Amino acid sequence: MIPAAFDYIAPESLDEAVRALAAHGEEAKLLAGGHSLLPLLKLRLANPKLLIDLSKIPGLRNISQQDDKIVVGALATHYQIESAELLKAKCPLLPQTARGIGDVQVRNRGTIGGSLTHADPSADWPAAILALGGELKLSGPKGERPIAAEEFFLGTMTTAMDLTEILTEIRLPVSSRRYGSAYLKMAQQASGFAIVGVAVWLRLAQDGRCEDIGVGVTGLSEKPFRARTVEAGLRGNKLTPKLIEESAPHVTEGIDPMEDLHASAKFRAHLAQVYTSRALQEAVKRAVGRKV
Amino acid sequence: MPVSKLVGARVKRREDPRLIRGLGQYVDDVNLPNTLHVAILRSPYAHAKIKSLESDAARQHPGVVAVVTGSEIKDQIGTLPVSGGNETLRVPKHYVLAVDKVCYIGEGVAAVVAEDRYTARDALDLIQVEYEPLPVVADPEKALAPGSPVIHSEWSDNVAFRSEQKQGNLTQAFKEADKIIKQRLVHQRLAPIAVEPRGVVAHYLSSDKELTVWSSTQIPHMLKSNLAQMLKLPENEVRVIAPEVGGGFGSKLNVYAEEGLLGYLALKLDRPVKWIEERSENFQATIHGRGQVGEVEAAVKKDGTILGLRYKVIADIGAYHQLFTPAIPPFTGLMLSGCYKIPAISMELTAVFTNKMSTDAYRGAGRPEATYVIERMVDRIAQELKIDPVKVRRKNFPKPTEFPFKTATGLAYDSGNYQLALSKALKLAGYEKLRRDQKRLRNQGKYLGVGVSTYVEICAMGPKGMWEYGKVQVEPNGKVTVLSGASPHGQGQETSFAQIVADELGIELDDITVIHGDTAAVPKGIGTFGSRATAVGGIAVYQSAQKVKEKARELASHLLEVDPDDLNFAEGRFSVKGVPRKGFTIKQIAQEAHQGGRFPKKMDPRLVSESSFEPSNFTFPFGTHICVVEVEPQTGTVEIKKYIAVDDCGKVINPLLVDGQIQGGIVQGMGQALFEEVIYDENGQLLTGSLMSYALPRAADLPRLNLTRTETPTPVNPLGIKGIGEAGTIGSTPAVVNAVVDALAPFGVTHIDMPLTPQKIWSLCQEAKAAGSGGRR
Repeated sequence: MIPAAFDYIAPESLDEAVRALAAHGEEAKLLAGGHSLLPLLKLRLANPKLLIDLSKIPGLRNISQQDDKIVVGALATHYQIESAELLKAKCPLLPQTARGIGDVQVRNRGTIGGSLTHADPSADWPAAILALGGELKLSGPKGERPIAAEEFFLGTMTTAMDLTEILTEIRLPVSSRRYGSAYLKMAQQASGFAIVGVAVWLRLAQDGRCEDIGVGVTGLSEKPFRARTVEAGLRGNKLTPKLIEESAPHVTEGIDPMEDLHASAKFRAHLAQVYTSRALQEAVKRAVGRKV
Repeated sequence: MPVSKLVGARVKRREDPRLIRGLGQYVDDVNLPNTLHVAILRSPYAHAKIKSLESDAARQHPGVVAVVTGSEIKDQIGTLPVSGGNETLRVPKHYVLAVDKVCYIGEGVAAVVAEDRYTARDALDLIQVEYEPLPVVADPEKALAPGSPVIHSEWSDNVAFRSEQKQGNLTQAFKEADKIIKQRLVHQRLAPIAVEPRGVVAHYLSSDKELTVWSSTQIPHMLKSNLAQMLKLPENEVRVIAPEVGGGFGSKLNVYAEEGLLGYLALKLDRPVKWIEERSENFQATIHGRGQVGEVEAAVKKDGTILGLRYKVIADIGAYHQLFTPAIPPFTGLMLSGCYKIPAISMELTAVFTNKMSTDAYRGAGRPEATYVIERMVDRIAQELKIDPVKVRRKNFPKPTEFPFKTATGLAYDSGNYQLALSKALKLAGYEKLRRDQKRLRNQGKYLGVGVSTYVEICAMGPKGMWEYGKVQVEPNGKVTVLSGASPHGQGQETSFAQIVADELGIELDDITVIHGDTAAVPKGIGTFGSRATAVGGIAVYQSAQKVKEKARELASHLLEVDPDDLNFAEGRFSVKGVPRKGFTIKQIAQEAHQGGRFPKKMDPRLVSESSFEPSNFTFPFGTHICVVEVEPQTGTVEIKKYIAVDDCGKVINPLLVDGQIQGGIVQGMGQALFEEVIYDENGQLLTGSLMSYALPRAADLPRLNLTRTETPTPVNPLGIKGIGEAGTIGSTPAVVNAVVDALAPFGVTHIDMPLTPQKIWSLCQEAKAAGSGGRR
């Protein structure tokens, strides 16, 4: 567990970091919380020549509200997100997701940006960000560009991010009025990663019908996805237990479930249906409970 | 025994302040000037010929001092030692580095010695090994099949040894049976995962001809003898120090390749050398536990009386024997009677070589397998005969008056009251109510399960040569030094031994220092394993303290000019009967004994005494564990709702330590039941090679444990103590499995092999639903 030799820099501005990354390209790796990268380095599965530590760049850890958007800095730790009052009040799906990640030590070091860009197909964050219809802000040599979460994840550990880009923030809608959300997962016993994880965010209209909904799924297939068919079956309708039971199974439609040591494809698919149903029911319960 | 102040008290562990503050000195904290660092190149193949090995580039790498390969050093270091086994034992040559072929993933192939750890690791990547892969034997059952590839070509098949333990008339038992119940059981491989991996520092002082080896070991004295032999040194030129050891669970009850290798390198290079095991190496190259696949047959009467038991088992040995590999599976045969009167028992054992790491002692070491066999079978019997599993247990228990109880396997259980522990546990669990709740909840589609395990285990190893050594020495200032040949590594004997001595000599706990784990300080010893440190080592200490006290009495009698019988002893002071102000404290006597002049000529100076204790029999702790679970068929998840353990380890020196041992043991046993499994694929690749894939139980996964005890002293030693290091692990695994199987009874489930993962449980429930027996009874 000893990494190969590498150089290390800790730029103090985003520009400097972008320039360093552009200069070294594939030979450089960005260091955020290090929770995915360091094991790879220690196992020598990754052997970058240069580590660019992002921790000295001002502002990347901030969590704030800008107009009707919640803005989470890419270097915000899972614990920061878990405990932020602003998020508990205006985007509770984030703290609901954060508290199931790893353990206290992991949550104290690991970052949302590190997790999203690493794109482990069993990571928790993608489900929540997809359900919320989040947008990711990338900075590169050509400047900034936004990208929708749904376009960001391409497959196992692959994203639409260019090699020279840095994820700086995640923008999410403020949750308001008769909304409910939930993130439920079956954790892999050893790692705590999701065998299947389902995030639901929904809003009810005054008459109780589903006005808007997002269902994000992780762990099931090689890329996290938004369960559009499930959403379509529910949007505009009363979310009765019966309808939920009928809609949830669609989560596996067109999906090729992963198979590994911990769960067969068949079991994963089954769990996705069960957890989709349960997360929907939980979110509805919370939305109804909110009443305003 | 005199009235005790400290023995029996919940004295806080004296070890903890240094451990909690991070002051413990482990092998990795041994930093000698000029130390070289060793990294080991390990085989990525489970079975392959080494066609060539090119190490020039590594040797030339800046900072590299030496590279050694198996073929270079094979004649200079002896092969790894093996103990136990019978005349059928086959012992393949087990070199410290593979010579011409590798037999498991992680087997050492070459070692780099460098100025620092980084350089050593970098240089590993510069060694080129050309392997020719050979067919792999991964599955122990397939290893026995005709036509299987053979791992060790000295022999015609993969059999490592065979044994048959058979007592009583089995033919008759099976003939008289109303029912014969069969069950196949798998005891999966487990990784011991001590928090501190292994580590070795070796230093040869040529001026003094002394090789000192610091190793994270449970057995410094045994290691010393074995290292001397492997390195062809006189035994008095080797010193082994086990500094703070961060857990072992049996995995450090061994002599490992790295210990021999580092000793050799220190001698050869004349500089200190250090190797610290990485967690991934720990998974690959530290012994595993369990690894048995067996078929059980029980012959029973309609009323639940067990007439006979047959166990035909294959033990998965791995590629080579480690120190006690052949000694472990026979323990299963010895303990198959459990806490029941079974007139006829047999175990037919075939141990097989496979292309995997060796199996050897892991907490319980052969006994958890036996307990699992018998406790699972009792539940199977109950289920088949539709009798409450508690009734079947009661039916077959020996009475408390029947002790020493002789089993068909040839043991004499020292003492016991199985009925008492069982009824106490049932009461605490509210067993009758649980059964009513279970019935009610099933109608609501909720699946509660109650699992009972009444276990007995064999420990305090033991008679026939497994003595332990202790010494008590009162220093001239009245402080007391206790030396023990036991080598505690987390169990807390620095506390419990001090309690024993403090009571015996009437002195304060703080005046006592307990020293262990250094062969230069403690002249002899065997070590800590098999729940023996207190029940054997503690007795040696106790006897030494008694001898010291007697010597003090003699000296006091001389000084006070009274007959020894006219002396009272209380609170650490001898006084003349009837004249209490005339007397001497132990401290004063120690001073007199040291200064000389005033003690009798024939008496040796100093209040010092040593003794060894070898028990006449093993001890047999026992108890009842009850586990209550709720199983969710839809996801296959198990929640432990309640856990009750009533354990009996005889007299207790320190209840706090006993509770700690039981808690840790139970949790480790739950780990086997629910989570843990070392998995190799058919190519012998280790799929569970890190803590990201090998699941250990965590605090958040587990319920609060409800622990209590009964106390049935053993007649085997003067303190009446039995040992408690492994009982929790032995008792808990079947309790959990029995509970889950009980919960799933409405699905027609009669057995599930461990670990009871959600996927397995869900699949079984699915199958049951498909077969039409889904969840209703």
